[in-house]
Amino acid sequence: MNMELSRRQFLGTAGAGLAGTTLGALGFGGVEEAHAAAIRPFKLFNTTETRNTCTYCSVACGIIIYSKGDLKKGEKADITHIEGDVDHPTNRGTLCPKGAALLDIVKSETRLQHPMIRRAGSDKFERVSWDEALNKIARAMKDDRDKNFIAKNADGVTVNRWNTTGFLAASATTNETAWATYKAVRSLGMVVFDNQARV
Amino acid sequence: MTNSWTDIRNTDLVVIMGGNAAEAHPCGFKWVVEAKANRGAKLVVVDPRFTRSAAVADYYAPIRQGSDIAFLSGVINYCIQNNKVQWDYVKAFTNATYIVKEGFAYKDGLFTGYDEEKRDYNRSTWDYQIGPDGYAMVDETLQDPRCVWNLLKEHVSQYTPELVERITGTPKDKFLKVAAMIGECSTPTKTMTSMYALGWTQHSKGSQNIRTMAMLQLILGNIGVRGGGMNALRGHSNIQGLTDIGLMSNMIPGYLTLATDKEPDFNTYMSTRGFKPLRPNQMSYWQNYKKFMVSFLKSMWGPAATAENNFAFDWLPKMDVPAYDILRAFELMKQGKMNLYFCQGFNPLQAFPNRGKLTEALSKLKLLVIMDPLQTETARFWENHGVYNNVDPAKIQTEVIQLPTTCFAEDEGSLVNSGRWLQWHWPAGSPPGESRTDAWIMSQIHLRLKEMYKKEGGALPDPIVNLYWPYKDPSEPTPEELTRELNGYVVSDVLDPNDPTKKLLTASKQVPNFGVLRDDGSTAAGCWIYSGSFTEDGNMMARRDNSDPDDTGAYLKWSFAWPANRRIIYNRASADINGKPWDDTRKLLWWDGAKWTGYDVPDIAPTAKPQDVGPFIMNPEGVSRLFARGMMREGPFPVHYEPFESPMVNLVAPKIRGNPVARVFKDDFAQFAEPASKEFPYAATSYRLTEHFHYWTKNNHVNAVLQPEFFVEISEELAKEKSITNGGWVRVWSKRGSVFAKVYVTKRIRPLICDGKPVHVVGIPIHWGFVGAAKKGFPANVLTPFVGDANIETPEFKAFLVNIEPSTGPVA
Ligand code: SF4
Repeated sequence: MNMELSRRQFLGTAGAGLAGTTLGALGFGGVEEAHAAAIRPFKLFNTTETRNTCTYCSVACGIIIYSKGDLKKGEKADITHIEGDVDHPTNRGTLCPKGAALLDIVKSETRLQHPMIRRAGSDKFERVSWDEALNKIARAMKDDRDKNFIAKNADGVTVNRWNTTGFLAASATTNETAWATYKAVRSLGMVVFDNQARV
Repeated sequence: MTNSWTDIRNTDLVVIMGGNAAEAHPCGFKWVVEAKANRGAKLVVVDPRFTRSAAVADYYAPIRQGSDIAFLSGVINYCIQNNKVQWDYVKAFTNATYIVKEGFAYKDGLFTGYDEEKRDYNRSTWDYQIGPDGYAMVDETLQDPRCVWNLLKEHVSQYTPELVERITGTPKDKFLKVAAMIGECSTPTKTMTSMYALGWTQHSKGSQNIRTMAMLQLILGNIGVRGGGMNALRGHSNIQGLTDIGLMSNMIPGYLTLATDKEPDFNTYMSTRGFKPLRPNQMSYWQNYKKFMVSFLKSMWGPAATAENNFAFDWLPKMDVPAYDILRAFELMKQGKMNLYFCQGFNPLQAFPNRGKLTEALSKLKLLVIMDPLQTETARFWENHGVYNNVDPAKIQTEVIQLPTTCFAEDEGSLVNSGRWLQWHWPAGSPPGESRTDAWIMSQIHLRLKEMYKKEGGALPDPIVNLYWPYKDPSEPTPEELTRELNGYVVSDVLDPNDPTKKLLTASKQVPNFGVLRDDGSTAAGCWIYSGSFTEDGNMMARRDNSDPDDTGAYLKWSFAWPANRRIIYNRASADINGKPWDDTRKLLWWDGAKWTGYDVPDIAPTAKPQDVGPFIMNPEGVSRLFARGMMREGPFPVHYEPFESPMVNLVAPKIRGNPVARVFKDDFAQFAEPASKEFPYAATSYRLTEHFHYWTKNNHVNAVLQPEFFVEISEELAKEKSITNGGWVRVWSKRGSVFAKVYVTKRIRPLICDGKPVHVVGIPIHWGFVGAAKKGFPANVLTPFVGDANIETPEFKAFLVNIEPSTGPVA
């Protein structure tokens, strides 16, 4: 089966085809069209459909995300609904209690909004700009690396490692993010490097 | 997974042990239900708890957590004793016939070469005898007493049904029933699948749990066939991908490894990675290691990686310890030896053992950087939350920077599912607030460091200033640009040596597969096993054709599976030595007289003659290993070891505590309860509920409400003994910490009788903490021991000791 024809296109085609049905041939075409126009359009006509996969477990159920606005057209897009993808061979449209509540995690009240800093000894986070946060991070990394980088070990072997700064990588980011992360981290000689595979 | 979720429909017997798929992987578990409904498949569940999977099983057997190797060794012994062996498979496709070196022996729980001081072995005798022709010696008749089969037979003979019952607490009749059901799958026309998850990995001998089942599957002839396999259900949505791409201490993408301090230069490094075949005609595919390695180095450092500088091999760090895994990282932190730490979408304060130690360690950092779409406890480890996080912020000097990132619904790219399918997804919504993608953040950090090193100089700037960063907008590489690099591309034209007017490869084109990668710098590939995922024909991971000829469950045109779009690995083993499928009703591949053909992409050269070339092409033997040689730290055969905290001493090796080669840091040993401890008499285990996903769903109102409150589960018998009432408060404590919880008294947990004495199990679900939408509660890691698996350092969360008493709850 070819999945190029999306469900929305299908519904659209079905609607346009009314006049061509037997009813149309019998002369009721006008009535039908008037009737069809009176019906409130299918809610999801106004939304953009996007194929994605559930962010939680590695069954990786297919999902369809509906949003108001279309990112592809450069618009802002607000996600309004998420459901299982019936075309997906693994889940065939089903979702478990986690996948079924995905909208709530996308829109969670505890989504982070701004870069924040907690200063030494403080009991709160304060807002900082991206620039300030990133400059501070880069500076701290360079100072630590310059101070603690091991170019050669005691036997004089070139080892080029940095083991006083560590990086824990994610488990739900994309392969592409993982690769960008790998390049940036490994090029520094960092060896305290791990991911969530163990837990 | 060796197979895939959709392949489970082809099985005859599902064994769920070390997992609980109905609860933790519900939409994948549907394929078990399909197999039951459509094929009459049976489901067996072996677990300390009567789980949701057990509730729909055809047969359930209880087992004490941490005793799986004894159980499975008992099943192997049963199969050998009762001739439940797929002989043609075992003789042709495993190393059963190989002859083991003189000197290798096993006694009292240990193999030859143990060094108690180092908690490690000299593994020199753990190998084959090599004949005058340079190949491993074999005895096709299986008569030689030193052949693997006879050594294995002897090794498992100890695990009689009686001993299995004493160790595992599985009543003998139940054990024998399971063994008989499994034994039936030794015929070529019956297949069993093993579905496991953290219930097997989260032990100090987790790798050996899995290995024991893999050996059993080989003896039954169930690897490489439809409906068979070793199927790790895996956890997070892209943990397979992160592992493939080598985001681990000593890894390079595609399961290559960093050099150690003992390998000072590229040639020494390559000398131990030559993988010369151990038998005539074998593919020994790792012989191509150098091609993958050089192509990786080219993708890291582009034109700066040249033949003259060994493709910048020295710019990669070398390892002085086996791995700087998370446990070691927190140990170093606690010792004050780490200064900066990054957590990208990871909440270690909840996810790693011994909460008290973790907090102490984080408090010694100078700077902690959090990249996450959501609030985490780790980001707020310095914040006081009463009993749930009893710290004094004024005393914690660690600076914390928290960076907001996008989530799956706002990002584009591929994720790898448990069946190794790389599935592309598209962004649907605008990110909230100022949140940015991780790729943007990592680029910002890299570009700033590069600028600083150019301006100021400093420690070895070369790998940073020369990092190949060829993106149109260097501040934010696109997913397509990055994935094209992972697939690999041609760096410079490659001409046909026989006819230099012909080009074999054309510069700047995407490589079609890893077969064309080269070791002379003319190709680049970030992760060789992903080659074929984004070719000149476009993005193979975005394919959405769900056709499935003859309903085999392969779905070859849906997304892309590594390696080479292969859906079942080792699939050549689905046919006998002559290339004829073992089971005509379940054909996968066959030899048509000239080449391999069938429903899947052959896991062997398409024209490799069936009698000559073995199916296990990654092994220099060409066959699979019942005897692991020196590949596993504990030994070539599995041995039953107790958890570090166990309600009983080890019956097969009373002097050995825990896993004799597991790494334990000094202070942690002092924090373990004694075996058969009176102070901590109950066997605890941790697990997840279907409504929750680890600690993330605390941020989700719906899931937080569905299972709102921290609780522990105990049996009616234990409740009675301790005067605990259902729904009341209890205090549960280990040698490391104490928690308050509501208690659920249930028939789903029963005491086990081990070596004549009752062992009570305490079940502790994970999820709760002090941030998010959920009610505050204690996380299970307040209690768990700080020790990992000896091979890969997965923490021992599934078996530890606690005590329990009725309580009035926490004082707020
Ligand atoms: S919906 Fe449930 S089973 Fe499917 S991927 Fe998400 S968490 Fe896993």
